[in-house]
Amino acid sequence: MDDEPLVIAGQKFSSRLILGTGGAASLEILEAVLVSAGAELATVALRRIDPAAQGSLLDVLSRVGVRLLPNTAGCFTARDAVLTAKMAREAFETDWVKLEVIGDDRTLLPDAVELVDAAEQLVDDGFVVLPYTNDDPVLARRLEAIGCAAVMPLGSPIGSGAGIRNPYNLAIIAEQTTVPVILDAGIGTASDATLAMELGADAVLLATAVTRAREPVLMAEAMRQGVEAGWLARRAGRIPRRRYAEASTAFAGMAEWEPVGG
Amino acid sequence: MIRVVINGETRTLAEEVSIDELVRSLGAGPTGVAVALNDEVVARSAWGARRLGDGDRVEVLGAMQGG
Repeated sequence: MDDEPLVIAGQKFSSRLILGTGGAASLEILEAVLVSAGAELATVALRRIDPAAQGSLLDVLSRVGVRLLPNTAGCFTARDAVLTAKMAREAFETDWVKLEVIGDDRTLLPDAVELVDAAEQLVDDGFVVLPYTNDDPVLARRLEAIGCAAVMPLGSPIGSGAGIRNPYNLAIIAEQTTVPVILDAGIGTASDATLAMELGADAVLLATAVTRAREPVLMAEAMRQGVEAGWLARRAGRIPRRRYAEASTAFAGMAEWEPVGG
Repeated sequence: MIRVVINGETRTLAEEVSIDELVRSLGAGPTGVAVALNDEVVARSAWGARRLGDGDRVEVLGAMQGG
């Protein structure tokens, strides 16, 4: 049905739903979720190894054929984010990175200044940089100008499930950006994902909305359909909003009846 | 004997331990793992030759669910 693939840095993806792997109760659930979502790309964090850990996240991803996207989750400075990205490149043999530089531990909102600094350093170093950013069209333009491979504006804070709080800004970002726009963070349910696509996003990245849903595998399927529906609806072109009704049935040819009581 | 800090924990090791040996002793890698020595990333190809010294800080990182 979707004959137009998502292309990031020359790589084609037929799925427009990217999954974060955080929050899944087990690797078994994560695997089922990835399959149900039809995801082809999933984020992975880098942490101190735990010799007692059971099973391997990397094995799960390779078994279901999902490409790994390392992130810099938890980094508060450009220096830490750049170092983490370099560690990820070494560990996973990929120069792709979801760049996250957080400025506040309560809202987890991006620190724009550190983000731009880190993005510049990483692009210069040959990384394919996918920055998690505020829903700020000017910042998005700066990130694209630096050479980022996509821009990933938030809908609302990470894990909040508050949906898309500034649809106008998302639409502006989508309109002005030539690299893919990936709505990242804030999705609460399938209709949020649909709205993101209708507003012009090229893909949606989410984790919590699925992994912390009562039925994660069902929600993954819902998100897959939601993204697909929004993408199709956008290509189909919505009708204009009107104040008054517009009859969908012609009045011509109506039968004439005797008035009641006449 | 030398004292090094591995993933935040101080440990006493034989002096001739290489990064390669350290990673294996942690039951990890070699793939899916990255090592930083005193905040510098050490390429996997250099793990065998690079030996730990007294006071070194080592970070051994791998994949974890997140994002």
